[in-house]
Amino acid sequence: MTEKLLISLTVNGRRHDDLVIESRYTLVDVLRHHLGLTGTHVGCEHGVCGACTVLLDGAPVRACLIFAAQAEGRDIRTVESLSHDGGLNDLQRAFSACHGLQCGFCTPGFLMLAEGFLAGRPDATREEIREVVSSNLCRCTGYQSIVDAIERCARERREARGDAR
Amino acid sequence: MKPAPFTYHRARDVAGAISLLVELGEDAKYLAGGQSLVAMMNFRLARPAHLVDLGGLRGELARLQEEDGALRVGALTTHHEVERAALGPGFAVLREAMRWVGHLPVRTRGTVGGSLAHGDATAEWCLLALLLDAEVVVQGASGRRRRVPAGDLFLGFYTTTLAPEELIVEVVFPRPAPRAALTEHAERRGDFAVVAAAVDLDTHRVVLGGVAPAPVRVPAAEAVLAGGGTFAECAEAAAAAIDPPSDGNGGSGYRRVLTRTLVERACEAAMTR
Amino acid sequence: MSWVGRSAARREDPRLLSGHGRFVDDLHVPGTLHAQFVRSTVAHGTVTGVDLSATLATPGVVAAFTAADLDLGDITAILDRPPSEFVPTAMPVLARDRVRYVGEPVAVVLAGNPYAVEDGVEAARVTYEADRPVVSAEQALAPGAPLLHPAAAANTLVDVSMFATEGIDAVFAGAHRVVRVRVNSARQNALPLETRGAVASWDPREEQLVVHTCTQVPHLVRTLLAECLGLDERAVRVIAPDMGGGFGLKCVVGREELAAAAAALRLRRPVKWIEDRRDALTASFLAREQHYDVRAAFDEDGRMLALDAGIVCDMGAYSCYPFTAGIEPLMASAELPGVYRVPAYRVRARAVTTNKAPSAPYRGVSRPQIVMVMERLMERAARELDLDPVEVRRRNLITEFPYTGVNDVTYDPGSYLESLDFCERLLRDEGWYERREAAAAEGRHVGIGYSCFNERTGYGSAAFARRKMAVVPGFDLAEARMDLSGTVTVTTGTMSHGQSHETTMAQIVADRLRLDIAQVKIHQGDTDRVPYGFGTFASRSATIGGSAVARAASALGDRLLRLAAYLLDTTGDNVELHDGSVRRRDDHGRALSYRELAEVAYLKAHLLPKDAEPGLTASASFDVQGDGTFSNAAHGVVVELHPGTGQVEILRYVCVEDCGVAINPQVVEGQCRGGIAQGIAGALFEQVTYDAQGEPECASFIDYKVPTACEIPDIEIHHLQTPCAFTESGAKGAGEGGTIGAPAAVLNAVNDALRSTGVELDDTPIRPETVQRAIGACP
Repeated sequence: MTEKLLISLTVNGRRHDDLVIESRYTLVDVLRHHLGLTGTHVGCEHGVCGACTVLLDGAPVRACLIFAAQAEGRDIRTVESLSHDGGLNDLQRAFSACHGLQCGFCTPGFLMLAEGFLAGRPDATREEIREVVSSNLCRCTGYQSIVDAIERCARERREARGDAR
Repeated sequence: MKPAPFTYHRARDVAGAISLLVELGEDAKYLAGGQSLVAMMNFRLARPAHLVDLGGLRGELARLQEEDGALRVGALTTHHEVERAALGPGFAVLREAMRWVGHLPVRTRGTVGGSLAHGDATAEWCLLALLLDAEVVVQGASGRRRRVPAGDLFLGFYTTTLAPEELIVEVVFPRPAPRAALTEHAERRGDFAVVAAAVDLDTHRVVLGGVAPAPVRVPAAEAVLAGGGTFAECAEAAAAAIDPPSDGNGGSGYRRVLTRTLVERACEAAMTR
Repeated sequence: MSWVGRSAARREDPRLLSGHGRFVDDLHVPGTLHAQFVRSTVAHGTVTGVDLSATLATPGVVAAFTAADLDLGDITAILDRPPSEFVPTAMPVLARDRVRYVGEPVAVVLAGNPYAVEDGVEAARVTYEADRPVVSAEQALAPGAPLLHPAAAANTLVDVSMFATEGIDAVFAGAHRVVRVRVNSARQNALPLETRGAVASWDPREEQLVVHTCTQVPHLVRTLLAECLGLDERAVRVIAPDMGGGFGLKCVVGREELAAAAAALRLRRPVKWIEDRRDALTASFLAREQHYDVRAAFDEDGRMLALDAGIVCDMGAYSCYPFTAGIEPLMASAELPGVYRVPAYRVRARAVTTNKAPSAPYRGVSRPQIVMVMERLMERAARELDLDPVEVRRRNLITEFPYTGVNDVTYDPGSYLESLDFCERLLRDEGWYERREAAAAEGRHVGIGYSCFNERTGYGSAAFARRKMAVVPGFDLAEARMDLSGTVTVTTGTMSHGQSHETTMAQIVADRLRLDIAQVKIHQGDTDRVPYGFGTFASRSATIGGSAVARAASALGDRLLRLAAYLLDTTGDNVELHDGSVRRRDDHGRALSYRELAEVAYLKAHLLPKDAEPGLTASASFDVQGDGTFSNAAHGVVVELHPGTGQVEILRYVCVEDCGVAINPQVVEGQCRGGIAQGIAGALFEQVTYDAQGEPECASFIDYKVPTACEIPDIEIHHLQTPCAFTESGAKGAGEGGTIGAPAAVLNAVNDALRSTGVELDDTPIRPETVQRAIGACP
């Protein structure tokens, strides 16, 4: 018989207690199917496409390569955390302005990748951004507009904090 | 692509993890960052009956410190932590090599110890350990720790000399390597290397990945470096000394060409560091 | 200012960016059973036993069915052609006795969660008697080859010989030069990032089977579901929610969605099937494995005199529904001459069946390959005649329109010459020719390559009828409805899966009705909401769907005008639509807002003129009578080949495209860039391979090399605009051009970079190892 675990997860600042799961359930499946946070997508289940990228303690990770049980006690953030008061945040707005999405399936993964990356590297160059964008797969855009969007967001954030660069 | 059932165990300390693994027997495995193991489990290419999660041991096993000219890297240190670490010039080679490890979201989870235990012939940590004479500190069932020289660690295709319950707790890089470098070639950014090469100009070490079932030193090429030969001669000697396999990512001859190219590049990178 | 022509912000973006898109796997219906498939492990053989006892004993497993249990009809796609030209295949929903590729579904397993169902699949025991597999077109056509389908002699499903201009052999015999190219392109996966999937459930209140599925063709799925399950079409509702790409792969009907629906019907429980990536890579639909052997006769000035082509397409195990195995060979043979004047033409095109997953349309369908063929011919002719390759193209390009080609296709006006000139000028002005020579002097390998092509878009009923398909897609229907708030809802039979129809269609409607696009809502992808439609493929949406939508909006506008004229005591020619209202031309102050008009139309019908119907709805259709409308483009690429690794680095990529009126330029650029990225992927990276036993070798993204941001360069796009004369907005299709033109341009650039070596590469993908062998010693 498959083993059941009782765990709690903290997602987007909210604690979810009494989650009954099997040991083998991956974090992305629990986010999507137990917590109803379907913004995080499943694209390959072997850690290459990045559609399932979420933030774990602020760092971008593949939610298909983590068992939900491993994430207990950690701070998880998903795409649903980005909008505030019904409005898109600056990163999301930059994606829209630059046409950084078409079908939108890979988009939540790219958003969380960029959110985690820019937090640590606010001054990233275009080439550094391109390299980090290479972490995930997109089949629609050809990537250029995704790089544009992240670069634009980084620039606007720098300008907002008065950095002249 | 869902893993087969298993029982999850969370280790509280190193000794507890090891005794748990001993108790659970051979169908049990340690789970560190999981970046290789979980993918294999999702394909059901790996199906351990028990997983012992080491995530709770980071307090014990994720330290990174320079000490008496040596660098001690806790086994649960992530690739990304090494990439961001304020390492002196003696160990910059490690930091810079991290850009070759997959992609950022893999580097934030994958660990140094996990990578060594997995024993992929193209894995950066396996090459670096061999290149820099690292000692891999492992703890066994008795609770005693032993130091395994990197040269004695890798047996072949994804296999090491460690016993199943032996846990890598730390990797010690015994001396600075200010003139060492690692480089790779893959068709796409972030792919497993077709061939990886690492050199240390001070110790005249040349290490290759992707040309044999395990990462290997190339004595013939090392002799060229030691004898004052040029980088091109060293690269040529390395290419001549190996008998690489052929597969979908490259034929034997192509891997030889890559070896020549990458050894020379690594030498130049090490020189200009 | 008009909405058409403006890069309006996408209506789709807010929900997709905030995680509120609703893709098929996002649907959560309580009590759902999860379906997965027991799949054949042999490429060719007979099923001798299926034992599901261990499956049924697996914890969590609720049911498991074989073909015999479900007893469904086969999927048989038909061309109305004689047996000498076309042999249909009967593709069972679940394999009965024969299996024809590794991954073919043999049984469906249903369990309470997506983990347990895989345990159940794993527990199934199927035995086979294996036959010799046929794993290449060459093997399929070899004498004595095992036959996949008894009726298909020589494993040939389609065999057409066409055009055969009289006297063509004499032209070749007397030509100044005959140039031959052989081009082989690898099997590829269209690879939408969202895999296929469906959620099916029985709705007892509506007495209807409701199937949510990610499909480009909802109404065609309904038809096949109804047929296979023995239901009336009314009793089947197909809904396509948000879709994570399709690229053609989702414009055919899959066996798995039928099996899932059948299981839901049988068990009267919701059934969800979500394809995993391994199945998507190995057992889904594939495309593009084609072999060309083509000769062209040229005069001494580089003018093409005749073209003689042999085409073999490796279509895998079955014909896909509804397009059949003819999709690739018929497209290739009809369109091969492309943008060039070809006085004499002969072609034989075949589809052969092999023990591999079947083929479906993939963005561009055969045109990436035929453009490679034509562009390689131009380059090779230039080389052999010592002429400039761009000049050779100029001498052969069609420059007067309309032009009816030797292939009996009439091309509407385009900018073939202008786009090529523009493209060449861009690279010349940037100094790439000088840089190429300087690099050569240093022993480096830098090359410049072009492709020049058109793309037939807006295939109407007439064009598809010429293919002799039993299902002739072509027209589209639209309905526009204004409500009491004065906002407009428009249905379209197209099905967006990334193409931004909710925005671009709304732009068209907003212009016709003088509204803000925020007041327009587009509905698509629901067979109960949308009267009928053929969905989205073959770059038909902006041209055909957009024109139907425009006409429906105009018809609604006419109703508003007539009603307002009556209520404003004037004649129909003295009123006009203006900013959400209808006003008198002679007195702008006398106006009625749409809200006011709607109030009369719905709530005060007694005020309507005697002959007027209540309500505010209008519908329209659109079809293309002729051969469609042709977009065109020229691509220019500069590459450098790196010695020591053989890596191909793209230094520069420019595209000059003409899709007529661009409804939303930013969306058009997105289609171009994404298309080019897929073309580069085909030229340099992606390849589905099989071993000698027919075992697929690409089961993961480690093996199937989809390029990342580091392999795809930034792409500069310029627009020319030759409006289409017969679409309502002047738009031509823009969905496939990037993918069509990129492989040829990259291939030509690589070959240009190789010119000092004497090596020519005509097969895709060009792998680094191959390049390395060409430019340096590689034992």
